[in-house]
Amino acid sequence: MSVLNGVSYGLLLFMLSAGLTLIFSMMGVLNFAHASFYMLGAYFAYQVSEWTNYWVAFVVAPILVAVMGGLFERYVLRKTHKSGHVAELLVTFGLSFVILELVQLIWGRSAVDYKVPAALDGSLFKLFNSSFPEYRAFMMLVAVGMLVSLFLMLKKTRIGLVIQAALTHPETTEALGHNVPRVFAMVFAGGCALAGLAGVIGGNAFITEPGMAQAVGAIIFVVVVVGGMGSLAGALIASVLIGLMQTFAVGLDWSFLGGLSALGIDVTPDTFGYPVWKLKLSQIGPILPYLLLVVMLVVRPKGIMGTRDD
Amino acid sequence: MTNPTTSSLRPLHFKPLNGVRIVVWSLFALVLIILPLAAHSSFALTLLCLTGIAAIACMSYNMLLGQAGMLSFGHAVYTGLGTFVAIHTMNKIVGGWPLPMWLVPMVGGFAGLGFGALLGFVTTRKAGTPFSMITLGVGELVFAAALMFPEFFGGEAGINSNRTGGTGWLHDLGLTFGPQIQVYYLIAIYLFICTAAMYAFTMTPLGRIANAVRDNAERAEFIGYDTRWVRYLIVMASSFFAGIAGGLTALNVEAATADLLHGVRSGGYLLFTFLGGVGFFFGPIIGSVLLIFSLVVLSEYTKAWQLYVGIVFLIMVVYAPGGFSALLMLNLRRIKYGEWRKMRWPYAGMVFFGLIALWGIAAIVEMAYQIQVAAGSGSALTIAGIPLDASSSSSWAVAIAVMIVGGAAFEYWRRKFAKVWSDGEERIAEAIKKAEAAIV
Amino acid sequence: MSTYALELSNVTKSFGKTAIIRGVNLAVSKGERVAVIGPNGAGKSTLFNLISGRFEPTSGSIKLHGDEIIGKRPYEISRRGLARSFQITNIFSRLSVFENLRCAALYASGQKYSFWKPLSKLNELNDRTEALMASIELKRRRDVPASLLTYSEQRALEVGITIAGGGDVILLDEPTAGMSHSETDRFVHLIRTVTMGKTLLTVEHDMGVVFGLADRIAVLVYGEVIAFDTPDKVRADPKVQEAYLGAVLDAEHVPGLAGAHV
Repeated sequence: MSVLNGVSYGLLLFMLSAGLTLIFSMMGVLNFAHASFYMLGAYFAYQVSEWTNYWVAFVVAPILVAVMGGLFERYVLRKTHKSGHVAELLVTFGLSFVILELVQLIWGRSAVDYKVPAALDGSLFKLFNSSFPEYRAFMMLVAVGMLVSLFLMLKKTRIGLVIQAALTHPETTEALGHNVPRVFAMVFAGGCALAGLAGVIGGNAFITEPGMAQAVGAIIFVVVVVGGMGSLAGALIASVLIGLMQTFAVGLDWSFLGGLSALGIDVTPDTFGYPVWKLKLSQIGPILPYLLLVVMLVVRPKGIMGTRDD
Repeated sequence: MTNPTTSSLRPLHFKPLNGVRIVVWSLFALVLIILPLAAHSSFALTLLCLTGIAAIACMSYNMLLGQAGMLSFGHAVYTGLGTFVAIHTMNKIVGGWPLPMWLVPMVGGFAGLGFGALLGFVTTRKAGTPFSMITLGVGELVFAAALMFPEFFGGEAGINSNRTGGTGWLHDLGLTFGPQIQVYYLIAIYLFICTAAMYAFTMTPLGRIANAVRDNAERAEFIGYDTRWVRYLIVMASSFFAGIAGGLTALNVEAATADLLHGVRSGGYLLFTFLGGVGFFFGPIIGSVLLIFSLVVLSEYTKAWQLYVGIVFLIMVVYAPGGFSALLMLNLRRIKYGEWRKMRWPYAGMVFFGLIALWGIAAIVEMAYQIQVAAGSGSALTIAGIPLDASSSSSWAVAIAVMIVGGAAFEYWRRKFAKVWSDGEERIAEAIKKAEAAIV
Repeated sequence: MSTYALELSNVTKSFGKTAIIRGVNLAVSKGERVAVIGPNGAGKSTLFNLISGRFEPTSGSIKLHGDEIIGKRPYEISRRGLARSFQITNIFSRLSVFENLRCAALYASGQKYSFWKPLSKLNELNDRTEALMASIELKRRRDVPASLLTYSEQRALEVGITIAGGGDVILLDEPTAGMSHSETDRFVHLIRTVTMGKTLLTVEHDMGVVFGLADRIAVLVYGEVIAFDTPDKVRADPKVQEAYLGAVLDAEHVPGLAGAHV
């Protein structure tokens, strides 16, 4: 059960990190506001489904997010291109700030009631007393569908080939004259659409609130670094790995304390480092991805599938 | 390198007493001394204290961003951990440790240095964008870990201390840090010394190599420098000063909570250091003034202050990536070349219509906030003395009209300004070329 | 002759399945000036990248003053006295000309990572930097940011950065690329003065420069050195004629070759 939950969460992370990786590899821009577009996707979906229904929102919200991403690329990001990557990163950082404030301005500071549609609000099957929600299955379906279509687009279309070339050989594609602004805008908008779609299906599976961008933003950075900068396959592995890690950790209350006493070592509150030994795995769940990041950087700085050394 | 044909002309060692430098530093000291005399309220004194601390923090941040081109999203880790270690030290002092209270910021500094050495070892394994991402991750790690160890970080409530509990002959003479003014002067002294030290650092071999690594890390490797080691050293130096700022915070507020380590605070250092300007040494000082102004003063006036700050930040990144210090220096250059007079009218037009457009935007934002966030307190509000009602459509119509008209007029003057500015730029370039030709 | 300044044996380099360098052997004596020539795509720049540590060879051995340097990082190789320039100008764009040169001389001057001494007090270093700046004719651009220099000034600065550290084996990758003829002549003269007494390897397309500058010429074709000898002998070598030089000589008529300024 945890496996399925973990995988579905991991796939959601991958939808986010895939867009981030695509944008980064094509444009050299780390889109700090990527998670903000994820949040926008959730809020748009909430609003549209309030007005109409979930299925309209499912289509419209990612498109709206893509349009906003494209406009941002065209009218703001492109102007900073000449000032270098630091300025580009800063401008997306500023955008994340503004989006957060605008979301609070429009929808308020507390969570909105973005519900799973009634048609999917059941349990798919039961296993050992715990049920697997239909919506989780739907999430996985969408994520896999996206994965497949992304794969097909990269393999079969011309723009896909250009993007692929940019992933593996960033310098040469520029030399080929393919860094046309239009491709940039499309890639940026496309990446944002993926984030928006992730928001549509993630917003109601988890929670739609102003803090959701920050909560997931740092994690997807970890995914991209651990997976290896610019590697989609690496991002997939890292996403699922982190998804599984977090879901498993929540359900387990192992601690060093328990482990040590099982080995016959007696740890009391007077023992040195007691606060560390008594921590339960479920407590350190939230920091596991970051610990993974640190371990990865020490052991293998280029990441799981990375080719670039620095 | 010494070449028989060229070394006959030995360069002169031209070392003037450098009067300018002495005057600037004396003025800086003088301002620090007399500022609190001009502050009539305790609130103003509090602001000064906060600004002084923020100035050290922002300058230490600029050692990373401005000097070495390292964009960190986790600077608050070092200021915050400095504060926590300092707070615990203060409690030990109260408990009898024979350490004078005024050395607590140094303890914070060494704590910052230590954590810089520990965490920097991981973060500096990468450069550029991955470095930024890792600092964000490590920042989250430290923040989350802080909540897991309430023994050290005090959990949600944080940890309190008392700065007046010190001992020693200075304490006996009356330096108890009871009155806020004593804390101010301690901050001022630390600020002066840290500023001088960080400035001196920019003039040392390591400081200059950091610039080289910022500009072109690859080439730096080919002139003999291990760029990772350079990054690591810079992170440690920066964390040291950040830790001092953190230690001063401990003395100033006598409390530490986990949100001192939070990513939002790190983002604040980045944002305001950039707004002040990373290209000039004094830029972050301007940034720290803006930081405290926004955080303490602006937030009193409007709930939407972060939105305004964010929008200003976006505009600055796009149109003035050098920040306010660069704008200042560019205008000084205009004055020097006698170009400023031509820009008076475009400037006036831009400011005038800019303010009008700003009123329109502010009215819209504030009315929206009134409805959304502060609905309980009615729908009436005033913007710059003009009464509005968030529930009336005419108020909205006025605000939108003012924004559009003001914005259009602003854009008209901005184009005029851009023309005058680039013409002036050409004339200055011409003048510089002539001056250069005259040298040889 | 005890050891060579630079000795490559059986060096190969493949990118994926493509072999770019296919077993290069080259031994350069101390103080020798060698020009590496060859058609485009022969692997000249790659060879320099292998020697200077930018890439690691797939196999083979590279010795600098008799010591193996394969697997060493660029900065380690630089500290052992090998300095290189780049085909695409690679300078510290926001630093002034003077600072560019001073940074390049800093490590070798013994300052390394020091931060307890102001740069302005390092008189010897500053004097040497000023002298170097004068010798590459950039004195009057002293305080101009490197990014604002003209192209040929940047090329001069590129060479200046390369030699500033006092390395005794200098690799110049197409130092005169993109320059006009008059600029090239001046620049070759400049290179000759500033690299006097050092071991010099240079990649060059301009045959005038090659024959004017080099003691020996290495001809690199398809990742192999097919000839390595004095200019006259290389020119006479039928293999070289066939593979490369004939075409170039015919096409260019080698301007200024006869009166090359040796």
